[in-house]
Amino acid sequence: MRAVAETKQAAPDGTPAEQPVVLEISGLSKSFGDHAVLRDITLKVHKGETVCLLGPSGAGKSTLLRCINWLEEPDGGAVFLAGQRIGVRPHSNLRMTDRELAAIRTRIGMVFQHFALWPHMTVLQNVMEAPLHVLKRNKAEVRQEAEALLQRVGLADKVDSFPAKLSGGQKQRVGIARCLAMKPDVILFDEPTSSLDPELVGEVLAVMRDLARDGMTMVVVTHEMNFARDAASRIVFMDNGQIIETGRPEQFFAAPKTERARQFLMRYAAQGR
Amino acid sequence: MSEFAVVWQHRSMILVGFENTLIIVAISAAGALVLGALLTIPLMSRLKPIRSLATAYVDAMRCVPFLLFVYLLYFGLPSLGLRFDNWSAGVAALILYNTAYMGELLRASWSNLPKEMIEAGHAFGFSGWRLFRRIILPPVVFSALPLIGNQLIQIVKDSAFLTIIAVAELTHEATSLQTTYFVPFASFIAAVILYWVTCVTIEGAVGFANRFAEDRR
Repeated sequence: MRAVAETKQAAPDGTPAEQPVVLEISGLSKSFGDHAVLRDITLKVHKGETVCLLGPSGAGKSTLLRCINWLEEPDGGAVFLAGQRIGVRPHSNLRMTDRELAAIRTRIGMVFQHFALWPHMTVLQNVMEAPLHVLKRNKAEVRQEAEALLQRVGLADKVDSFPAKLSGGQKQRVGIARCLAMKPDVILFDEPTSSLDPELVGEVLAVMRDLARDGMTMVVVTHEMNFARDAASRIVFMDNGQIIETGRPEQFFAAPKTERARQFLMRYAAQGR
Repeated sequence: MSEFAVVWQHRSMILVGFENTLIIVAISAAGALVLGALLTIPLMSRLKPIRSLATAYVDAMRCVPFLLFVYLLYFGLPSLGLRFDNWSAGVAALILYNTAYMGELLRASWSNLPKEMIEAGHAFGFSGWRLFRRIILPPVVFSALPLIGNQLIQIVKDSAFLTIIAVAELTHEATSLQTTYFVPFASFIAAVILYWVTCVTIEGAVGFANRFAEDRR
């Protein structure tokens, strides 16, 4: 096991100095056939950080997110959650069993682009399902927490509704509450607002801003530049499977260091986003 | 005395056959549904040899006429030292045959589930049997309900073939009645009506279940 708490020096790219590393990605690579989607990605995410992954479509942002919790198996490199390597057994190169992988995944929340709620369960059951049947926690306690979380995301009146009866924004807020119920070390957001109607985006971003303020560690793939500017503690800009630039949002948006990032931001500015 | 009056007079024969048909159908439907659901696991396996074996079973069943399969189980297996009574052979034939169809239609429903929904199961720590039982199977069954209903009706109709191994089900009893009293039209019409009532009841039940499932898809 690696030391969970690494004391960091203050970094100009926005990396917080004093917080322990929650997620460490080291030399990660992934190809689909001949197409290299991720090339030698190295990144550390500290406790309480909101890291926004920006970049054009096809840059590898979502694949990176999916490699973190091994929904996609990386070809090379390593991912550590609070010092524990994901997907590979300690002191060996053997792949974890599905059960071992499942156990470590309980500590990584994921919010999906298309919500991915379980349609046969009510809103409350969706939130209670994993704490109850994976973590095997006490039902009354889980129910109480789930109701409180649904209240927090503004869905206290929808506990008995099925996902099919909810709007996209409501579904995504259930998706977030479902993550929070697991009390994860980090939450991965895979374009959480991309499939929402524009008028529903705000309600989801408001919940995410709230989480960021509360110190939840989050890695967010997004095309919402205003959210990234306001809520991110660090921007990671990717293109063509590589990290091109990282920085504090105020620095990244005001004066990007690379030409590629500048072009990317200009395109968004032209679209008024 | 009219044909129908004769059938009415000996209605206990028909009703015994009907009761037996209902028992056979209930056991076979439950068996085929449970085994068909379990068959989807090897049918969707990542391991090709397991998948191929399960697919071979489905193909084998789908390509054999049910009548021949019943003959094989009841008259053929004793040559290999396996002897069943007619009831056991008949119910086993219905279960094994329809398991293949149930498995295949549930597999198709599983293939059509949104991939992200199952990924969410993985992402939240579900794996193996728990993932199948809690995350995959319920929406698979809810989506496949109309097709399951069709297959249940097929089981009802297939059960009539068991007359050829002398299982005392509805068709067998209707045939006995008509040969004893020579009332073919009335006895067969009586049997047809009871099959029709059974199938309409199944359709109604599936329709009700479908309305329940609507919000859950």
